[in-house]
Amino acid sequence: MEEFTISIYVNNKPGVLMRLSQTFARRGYNIDSLVVSPAVDHQFSRITVVVQGDPETLDQILRQLNKLVDVVHASHHDPKQSVERELAIFKLLVGPEKRSEVLQIVDVFRAKIVDITDQSLIVESTGSSSKIDAMEKLFNTMGLKEMVRSGKLVMARGTNQT
Amino acid sequence: MNGAQVVVEALKREGVKYIFGYPGGACMPIFDALLDAPELELVLVRHEQGGTHMADGYARATGKPGVVLVTSGPGATNTVTGLLTAQMDSIPLIVLTGQTITPNLGKDAFQEADIFGVTIPVVKHSYLVKDVNELPKIVQEAFHLATTGRPGPVLIDLPKDVVSAECVSSFPENIDLPGYEVSMKGNADDIVRAAHIIMESRCPLLYVGAGAVGAGAAKEVLELAEKLQAPVTTTLLGKGAFPETHDLSVGMLGMHGTAYANKAVVGCDMIMAIGARWDDRITGKVSEFCPTASKIHIDIDPAEFGKIIQPDVSINGDARLVLQELIKHVRKLDSDSWLKSVASWKKKYPLKYPKRGGLRAQYVLDELDRLSESRGIISTDVGQHQMWAAQFCKSSRERQWLSSGGAGTMGYGFPAAIGAQLGCPNDLVVAVVGDGGFQMTLAELSTAALQRVPIKILIIDNRHLGMIRQWQELFFDQRLSGCELDGNPDFVKLGESYGVKGFRIRRAGDVTKVLKKALAYNDGPCIIHAEVVKEDNVFPMIPAGAAVKDMLIEKPKDRKLEKPVGST
Ligand SMILES: Cc1ncc(C[n+]2csc(CCOP(=O)(O)OP(=O)(O)O)c2C)c(N)n1
Ligand SMILES: [Mg+2]
Repeated sequence: MEEFTISIYVNNKPGVLMRLSQTFARRGYNIDSLVVSPAVDHQFSRITVVVQGDPETLDQILRQLNKLVDVVHASHHDPKQSVERELAIFKLLVGPEKRSEVLQIVDVFRAKIVDITDQSLIVESTGSSSKIDAMEKLFNTMGLKEMVRSGKLVMARGTNQT
Repeated sequence: MNGAQVVVEALKREGVKYIFGYPGGACMPIFDALLDAPELELVLVRHEQGGTHMADGYARATGKPGVVLVTSGPGATNTVTGLLTAQMDSIPLIVLTGQTITPNLGKDAFQEADIFGVTIPVVKHSYLVKDVNELPKIVQEAFHLATTGRPGPVLIDLPKDVVSAECVSSFPENIDLPGYEVSMKGNADDIVRAAHIIMESRCPLLYVGAGAVGAGAAKEVLELAEKLQAPVTTTLLGKGAFPETHDLSVGMLGMHGTAYANKAVVGCDMIMAIGARWDDRITGKVSEFCPTASKIHIDIDPAEFGKIIQPDVSINGDARLVLQELIKHVRKLDSDSWLKSVASWKKKYPLKYPKRGGLRAQYVLDELDRLSESRGIISTDVGQHQMWAAQFCKSSRERQWLSSGGAGTMGYGFPAAIGAQLGCPNDLVVAVVGDGGFQMTLAELSTAALQRVPIKILIIDNRHLGMIRQWQELFFDQRLSGCELDGNPDFVKLGESYGVKGFRIRRAGDVTKVLKKALAYNDGPCIIHAEVVKEDNVFPMIPAGAAVKDMLIEKPKDRKLEKPVGST
């Protein structure tokens, strides 16, 4: 199994997501993350999907996605040719005595503290998915209570179409 | 106009003649609007599945989309098998389903079914209409989608309040579907590359499927085959895309295809798929399918390229237009010795059946073919009789062969014949059905009798689910489990109770005489009940998942067969 990032440009209509997820499920692909948002032209939406599957069927999945009437185009993105970002917010249950330890990590990862109480901290971070993974690992040892990730966003570099 | 009138108006604009329908609360406004449109004929069916297959038979026989109108909930779910059947075989259908009123959606209202959700995997596209002003655009789009590109069924779910509301919008001038692009002509470079590969071949084989029928490419296939001097094999659904009576025809290939077609598959050095999708019933074990032959694939649907077989060249386009161009780039091949081998296989391994030992289905079908001069529209059900009909009833033109291939839907053949006869009133239409499958949709005897369609319902009665019995005999040590059809009705008497004429065939000696009488009977439908031997097997056979070269010409006498590894 490998991980693939696929971007899909679709009609902004109800039911589209059902058709997409059915296409993935039928060929045994598991969706790791999925982001939907309106495109510049609000009649369309942009979807970024991160899926796990075997490389042999990737081409088939893309063909089947492109075949859907509501899909304008679907393509696979090579991380070297694209900008990839993810946003995450972490809630840590830490009191004043352990704050400085957290702050050090926040500093190293160029993250931000966005909420603070005497028993908790919320940290916001953007970057590659692997950076978020690394932060999660560290925070796990220091009272990580909740984590919400946006899922990966992708945009093709230069003038290439996403 | 209210929404229901818009639907009716749209159907008229599309030139629809028949609507196969069954009413219910949610679709009553549309049934009401139909009363004011005498040019649309409502065919009241007896079950929604039957109605969907009728529309499908109409579509296959005429090339025009079939239209179905049913109510919400159970009415809608009863169409699912028909949708699958049409989707698998790329048949254009419009299925209109009634739905509960929009404020009730998602609340388990009476006769609510999320039919949009239920049918997503079995439609080309679907709509749930929430705003009456979108209706003109949606119905127009639905017909466009169903009939263009790779055809398929389109479902429109119509809440009752939407079809009752006043519509102020009109039919748009253009169809605007940014996500729907159909490549028709094929890329010129791909065509030239394909021509180069073809010109190098000494043992060519054209493998022609339903896509060629859909594109109306029979003339082009004939021209190409004759120009190249290449043999042609047709799939179960490609029957008629090349006349099986032609010298270059090797008939059907695959699991129950002719031995000579399958030998041609094994021996060819180039195979070109024309609107065919390398189905598992054709390739058998994929890794051993034509390993050294070069492969060309013409398909309107690019998602078929590399799905099963990686072609050397793929051409994305309409079979007719692509062939027209391809023909210009090729010449006669040096195929004389190949054609000689093919001819010798034809002589050595003809389709055959025992002439003694009781009445044989093959003989009945062989005689039907002879007496009708291969001219009839044959609509089959699924099972042994289907394979025998495919082997012995020759197709000489497109749209003469209606059969559920991809889905293998029992219960298809009889209602499809009704639809076909309505669409082609001047043709001979024969439904070739098994005693099992016929009982799945025989409620449509009422419909057939009321419509007075002169179809011939040929029931090949072996008192078994014959195809199941064959597999159990061959692969499961003759352990018969759930395949005996005790309690079959007397089919002739059954027909009589619907006012349907009946004929019986009990002995081989009756066949010609009775078939002649039945074929001459045109005063409404008739049943021909053929009581054939109980235990007969369809051969040749490539066991599911085996390689084509391991085809069995007859049942091996000296060894037991392994259970097949293929799925079905
Ligand atoms: C709806 C449906 N259910 C089950 C099957 C599996 N099946 C395939 S062939 C067959 C037997 C068909 O029996 P019959 O109609 O009598 O035809 P025969 O094979 O005897 O000619 C069955 C049960 C099917 N194809 N479709
Ligand atoms: Mg039977």
